[in-house]
Parts: sequence; C-alpha cells; structure tokens
Amino acid sequence: MRRNSYQMQDHTAEAHLFARRAITALIAVAALMGVLIANLYYLQIEKYQTYQTRSNENRIKVQPVPPNRGIIRDINGNILAANEPSFSLEIIPEAVTDMEWTLSELQLIIDIPDEQVEQFKRIIKYQRRFKSIPIKTKLTENEVAAFSVKQHLFPGVAIEARLNRHYPYTDTMTHVIGYVGKINKRDLNRLEREERIKNYAATRSIGKLGLERFYEEQLHGTTGSEEVEVNHRSRVLRQLSIEAPKPGTDLHLAIAVEMQEQAKKSLRQNRGAIVAMDPRDGAILAMYSNPSYDPNLFVTGISQKDYSLILNSKDKPMLNRTTQGQYPPASTIKPQLALLGLHKKLVTPETTVWDPGYWRFPNVETQRNFRDWKVGGHGWVDLVTAIKQSCDIYFYDLAYRLGIDEISPFISKFGFGDYTGIDIHEEYKATMPSREWKKEKKRQPWYQGDTISIGIGQGYWTATPMQLAMATSVLVNKGDVIEPKVVSATSVDESISLTPIKKRNPVVVNNPKHWDTILDSMYQTVNAIDGTARAAFVDAVYTAAGKTGTAQLFSLGEDEEYDASKINERRRDNAMFVGYAPYDNPSIVIVVAVENAGGGSANAAPVAREMMDLYFSMGLANKRNISTEIINVEETELAEENNGG
Amino acid sequence: MAKTENERRRSSLFFRFHIDLPLLAGILTLMLISLFVVYSAGSQNMDMVVRQMVRMGLGLFVMLLVAQISPFTYQKWAPHIFVTGILLLVAVLLFGDMGKGAQRWLNLGIIKFQPSEIMKLSLPMMMAWFLSKYTLPPSLKNTFLGFIIIATPTLLIAKQPDLGTSLLVASSGFFVMFLAGLSLRVLFGLVISVGAFLPILWFYLMHGYQKQRVLTFLNPESDPLGSGYHIIQSKIAIGSGGTEGKGWLQGTQSQLEFLPERHTDFIFSVFSEEFGFVGVLLLLSIYAFIIVRGMQIASRAQEAFTKLLAGSLTLTFFVYLFVNIGMVSGLLPVVGVPLPLVSYGGTSIVTLMASFGILMAIGTNKRLLAST
Repeated sequence: MRRNSYQMQDHTAEAHLFARRAITALIAVAALMGVLIANLYYLQIEKYQTYQTRSNENRIKVQPVPPNRGIIRDINGNILAANEPSFSLEIIPEAVTDMEWTLSELQLIIDIPDEQVEQFKRIIKYQRRFKSIPIKTKLTENEVAAFSVKQHLFPGVAIEARLNRHYPYTDTMTHVIGYVGKINKRDLNRLEREERIKNYAATRSIGKLGLERFYEEQLHGTTGSEEVEVNHRSRVLRQLSIEAPKPGTDLHLAIAVEMQEQAKKSLRQNRGAIVAMDPRDGAILAMYSNPSYDPNLFVTGISQKDYSLILNSKDKPMLNRTTQGQYPPASTIKPQLALLGLHKKLVTPETTVWDPGYWRFPNVETQRNFRDWKVGGHGWVDLVTAIKQSCDIYFYDLAYRLGIDEISPFISKFGFGDYTGIDIHEEYKATMPSREWKKEKKRQPWYQGDTISIGIGQGYWTATPMQLAMATSVLVNKGDVIEPKVVSATSVDESISLTPIKKRNPVVVNNPKHWDTILDSMYQTVNAIDGTARAAFVDAVYTAAGKTGTAQLFSLGEDEEYDASKINERRRDNAMFVGYAPYDNPSIVIVVAVENAGGGSANAAPVAREMMDLYFSMGLANKRNISTEIINVEETELAEENNGG
Repeated sequence: MAKTENERRRSSLFFRFHIDLPLLAGILTLMLISLFVVYSAGSQNMDMVVRQMVRMGLGLFVMLLVAQISPFTYQKWAPHIFVTGILLLVAVLLFGDMGKGAQRWLNLGIIKFQPSEIMKLSLPMMMAWFLSKYTLPPSLKNTFLGFIIIATPTLLIAKQPDLGTSLLVASSGFFVMFLAGLSLRVLFGLVISVGAFLPILWFYLMHGYQKQRVLTFLNPESDPLGSGYHIIQSKIAIGSGGTEGKGWLQGTQSQLEFLPERHTDFIFSVFSEEFGFVGVLLLLSIYAFIIVRGMQIASRAQEAFTKLLAGSLTLTFFVYLFVNIGMVSGLLPVVGVPLPLVSYGGTSIVTLMASFGILMAIGTNKRLLAST
C-alpha cells in the first residue's frame, strides 16, 4: 500500500514496531557481545597458563653451547693445539625458504667457491635441519661487513663467532697431535652408536688423528645449553639464561717443541722417524716422522687439490713412521738376543766365536755363506765385542743355536710384533716372526735359514721405531716393560694430574748381572775406541750408550759387493740407531731410523747425538715429574683401529 | 523535557555543524587506541602511525562533509546511487584489477577504488528508501523484492571474490528488513533455506582458498604451519595476554613477529596480548557505547527512512566488530574483515567514517527533531 498523508495511525504503529525491533536487535548485540567476552575470558583467564606456555615455546629456544676444546701443551707450556676465534658464515637449513636462491645470492656477496657450495649441500643432507652449518669459515673483516649490511635479506643465515682449532707449529707436531676435522657421516654414526651424539649438538669438528682422535672424549668437554629469545625466523635476539658448558681436559706432553724442530732439522730431506722416550715412565720426549704436512689444512675441510697432493706424494707424509714405519730392526736388537743367549746359558761374557767373515751351517755339505758386514771378519769375538763392533757372525751362530722357538716368545716380551699401547690409534704391529706366523702368513714351513737372518734383525723381522724405543727401555730398566705414552699429564681447571705408568709383565733372566753385561756392551758401542757409535758421540758432555744398525732392504748375491752409488736410491740401506743417556741414570732413550741413508754409525747415530745434545743443553732431563702411580697391564691393550685417518 | 534538551542541543556549535558529540568522542577514543596499537604492531614504525593519522584525518573530514548533507537528499538519490553502484560492480568483474587472487579494484586512472565499499552505504540506503515507500511491516511481495535487491550486489561482490565484504553488505540490507518488521515466519524460513543453501555454496560457489579457510577454522591445529598458523598464533597471542596483558610494546607474539597480519586484520590480537582481558573489556565497552548511541539516534529519528538507515548502519558496524573479533579469537572462520577504526589502513576507514557522517546527519537534522 502506497504511503500517503493520512496514515498518521500507521506512523505511530511503525514507530512502535521499529522500537520493538531495535530492542530485539540490541538484545541480540548484547548476547553476541557476551559470546565474544565469554570466549575471550576462556582464552585469557581460563586457558591463560596454556597459552602463556605456548607463547614461551614460540619465543624461547634452548640451544646447545659448545664447550671449549682442551688445549694441548708441550713441556714448557707452549700451546701446540689452540682454539682461535674466527668468524664463519653459517646457515640453518630449517630457517631457509629457498636454499638455491640463498646460496647463489650469498656467492654474489662473499666469495664462496662452487666446490665449497657443493660440499655444503652434501653435508646438509645428513645433518639435522635445525643445526647451524658453516658454509664459509675464516671470514675476513670485509666479508663480515659486506654480509652484515644485507643480513636481513637472508633469513636463516648468520655470521657466527666460533673457536677453530689451530696448530701453531704446523707440520712439526702432526704425527703426534693429529688434527680435528669436520664431523662427517661416519663420525655421526659412531657418536650415535656410542650414545655421545647429544654432547655434540653444538660441535662442528672432531678429532680425526693422533691425540686429537685418541683423547676426543676428554678434549671435547661437556656441552652446555642456553635459553635464547628468537623471533619467528629463528633469529636469536638475546640470551635469557645459560647453563655453562664444561671445557675439555687440557693435555700436557713431555715433548719439547724444540726437540721436534731438531728432529725435523736433523732428518733433513730423508724419510725417517725419530722417537725419544723417558724410560722411567714411558713418556714420549720426541716423536717425529719425516716428511710431515700441515694439519691446519684439515681443520675446516681440506681442498681436493691439497689432499691429493699429500695423499699421492711418493714420500707418503701421511704415514706415521714412528708407529707405522715397519723397518727391519737390523743390529739394534743384538743386545736383546745376546741377553737371551746369556739367559739360556748358550754363551757367557767370556765365550768367543771365530769370525772369518762368513758363517755357514755346521754339518751341512752344500749351502750358502752368510756374510759379515766386515769383509774378512772380526777374528775371535766375545759378547761385548760382538755388540760394540756389531759382529754378524756371532749372532748368526747364536741365533742358529737358540732356534726360532726360543727367540720368538722371549723377544716378544720386549714388545715386538704387537701394539705398544701408545695413546694414538695410528699404529702397526709390525712382525716378530715365528713358526706359526710363517705358516699362517706365508703358507710355508720355517726354514733354518730364516732363523739366521733373525739373528741380525733382518729377514721377516720388522719393528716400528716406537717398538724399538720400548724394547731398548726394557734393557735400561733391567726387565721392566713400560708402555710408551704421549700424554704425561692432564689438567682440568688448573689441577694437574700425572698419567700413570703402564707396566707389563717384566722380562726375567736367570741372573740379573746379565743386564749389566748387555748395558756395558752398549756403553762400549758408544764409548770404546772401536765402538761403532763412538765417532758420533765424541766429546759429548753426557755419557751415552747405544747400538747402531744398518738394514739391508734387499739381498745381495753371495759374491756381490754392496755399492750404494750403484743402487736405486729407494733400495739403499736404512740407517738405524738406538741409544740412551745418561748411562748411569737414564732419562732418555732414543731411536733413529733414516730410510735409504746408508750405515747406521754414520747416518743415524749423529742424529741421535744432535737430539741428545739439545735434550741435555735445555735441561730437560731434570724437568719432569715422574708419576708414582703404576698400572699393571696384563694383556696388551690393542689399538682400536690400527689404520689411522 | 525532551524539547528543552533538544533546544539546548540545537543552539550548540557542534549541533550547528551536525556533529554528534558522544559519537565523536567514541570514535576519537578508538582512533587514539588505534595509533598506539599500530605503533606497537608495526614494529614501532612512526611512519605507519603518521600514515594512519593522515587516513584518520581524511576519514574525519569525509564524516564532517557527509554529515552536512540532509538525510532527505540521500533518500532522493538512493536508487540512483544504488544503480550506479551495481553498474560499477559489474565493471569490476569485467575490467577490474587483480589483487591477491580477487578482482576488487576499479582503476580510474588517478585513483583506484573498490565499488563494493560504496555498496556498504548504498544498499542500506536503497533498502530503506524502498521499504519506507510503503507501510511497514513490508508485504510479502516487498519482502521478496527486498531480498532481490540485497542478493544482487551481494552475489556480485561474492563473485570478485570478497566474502567478507559481501557478508557485510548483505547484513546491512538484511538489518533494514529486520528493523522494518520482517515477518518472523519469513525470517525462520530464511534461516532454513540458508541452511539448505550451504551445501550448494560449498560445492559450487566457494573458491578453494575459501574452503580452506573454513576447514582451517574448524580445526586450526591440523595445519599449524600452513593456513592454521594465523589462527593458532592469534589465539596464543590473545590467551597469553592474560588478565592484565604483557604491557604496551611488550607482546612477544607481536613484537617477535609470530603473529601475521599484525597491524591489519589481527590487530585485536596485538591489543589483547598487550592489554589483557581488562583492556579487552574496556575496548568492547567503547564499541558498545558507539552502538548504543547509534541505536539511540535511529530511534529518535522521525522518518521510517532515517530510522531504518541509522539502525542498519549501526548494526552493520557491530557486524564488523563481531566478525573481526570472532575471527581472530577462533569463533569464526578467517574472512578478512578489519577491526573497525582500529585496524591499519584500507579504504574501509573512509567508508566507515562516511557512515558515521550519515548517522550524525540523521541525529542532528532540525526538521526531524522539530517534528516531535
């Protein structure tokens, strides 16, 4: 119905209708407001605790804090393995939306080689997504500045200040200390298996070689944690609280850096190894393998080029010649054999043997001659002469009379043919042959001729310089078998504790005087006019004793003459020397092995002299605290894996 | 009594410039709150606050301008504006600019604007004009015609698609019908038919992202990092505000940017986190005050047209508020409706202020009051 002027009645009715509807609407508004308020009351008052917690879970993240790795020092406190602060560019894969874009844009700002980007991509595949992974380490100040300006463009990417392992003495300590490297998949699996993975939540590198590997657990320390406030892009804004990490144990060595440097200098361009050991507790005083390499290359990831250069070098720098170099011990083990002869009463100090310059089996018609190194022979020789002049005939005869079944078990007690128990994993057992050994390895019976070569430390017998150091210490200690150890003390928070002496079952002989006879013969070797090492030690301020050795690397024909100049350099004789000083109260045993250098008297003994001279001139002899704690090692503790790195 | 009050009011300066003081007070209070919350939500960016102030200034200017126009002029022009608005909506569908997957904007060279905003004012005007031509309550035929008038712009806007605006536009038209005395039987019938329409809406008319919003609304925790993220973070923000809130600029959900769309649609969450339940009650009472005042103006108006228009505009304002708060606190699906007068930016603030201008024009019209 169309509205017109006389519908005033309707007008009032309409007003009433409107008023009713308006009130209904207002009631509805009030009811709906009530619903809103009730809901807000529920969220803010009833469920406050829940949402408060969830709000905190959003903004508060607990993250691990890596402990500072233990420091390694030499005897004078010089730091051999340090933690150096450096800036690295790191990425949390989880927080990055477009990884490809991020990586290519980052390469525009900071010089990151493609190779490194590829490596990073491989690493993030098996690392946890929330873990910050470095893509470039050791940033320069300019690079830090360049990135900081553009940081906001890169969620999930940040510059982190971290401590990187640094080895200030580069290649002089490599074979002792080893190095740490990036944790790889194999490391992760092992940590997982050993349930140590949690402690590595913030750790980027792990010991791969040497002490760094052997003492990984102690050096690493305990990871702490901190509560931080983060924004929605997981960027840390501030620290709220921290449970401090426990730093790793510091290691103290008996080695002096100068000894290592001297060893490197003395070995010059020759391949070889030097081991010096304190016979009182087995502490290593020097341990150098030549050639060496710079361990710093491995810390943040070595480039393929550098790695293949080291790996493929003909001189095999990665071989730790002190514990993995398997050399024929040559004449250096004559003292032990002589001791066995005395013990078995096959010889006395007075027994003499006629040396015509060759030896042959008695009672056998057709056979070869075993030659003495000295053409024409030494004539009548007794035990002391046989050692000081290194007479081969005497020991051919002795070995023949002892037989391999006597030699092998007795000599093994000195540590040959087994791990020495030293505290690095890179070690070989070398070979102390026996009838069983030959049967198993060579599938051949033991021939009598094999025993004769054993008499002069040749043939199947090989030993590492570390084994020789241990075996020589047994003589010095008159039967006590002490295992070598690189770490002589550890410390946590300034409190130093000496590492115990590890003793094996001693070598026992029927008359203790035999020890003195043998030690005297070694004294004569160095000090008698006709001793093979006299020239090397003339005018020394201390009294030394020792034994030279010259190892043939291939057999000469019966009538051939050895002529170094005609022989391929790599097949020349190895020069060997074992020795100790001071004679009355020994504090250093030294072993020198120089590959393809020629005779031991001329080429190994002078090196030992240089080392000892330095040792005594630095006053290192009286500098050490010897532990009184002794652990008896029943069984030889085997190296976990003998093949390092 | 009423007369003397009216005389006193008529003589005041504000009255002469068609300003309703209580309404203005409510609006300015909300604006002031808005500036503080925008400052906090926008990471303490003063530029944003300045831009918001400029926009508010523009809104106040538009409000004053609109208030000077007599309600009878709107009544006269209502059908023309409505038809123009419908044509513009059709133009948007044909030539409009795309933005966020929806065609809402019409580019006129100099300015871009959303014709759907005009419809927020134009539809209730049209409905009030149409229904007030006849005796109230409306006849069945007029009710039917009224629904067609409502449906036309609603569907055009929904097609853009802009579900939030079409909902607001539809409700503004519906409120006119309701206040005009829509038969309760028709109302129930309507409720039932809407219920029947829902499956059709779901299967034929809704876009994928709209369906997703509804699904997420029903169970936000099912997709905490995807579409459920907004609502979960919003509820955490509100809930962790507790009784007294974390304090201005201290809301971790907003300051650390866990909350998305902080300064626009989700600004209520920022407010709730920083000022708590106490602040929320205060804010809601300001809104309630404005709504009560609006309904008062409507009931005092003398003509059916002005009554219906004022009532509808006021109730639509409430719908804004209810949908926004309901949405950020998890009662309603996320439909993209800003919190009136507090959210940062948008053309909506100008439209809103224009509607307050109309309310003020109605509340201060001498002829209307004189006829009491």
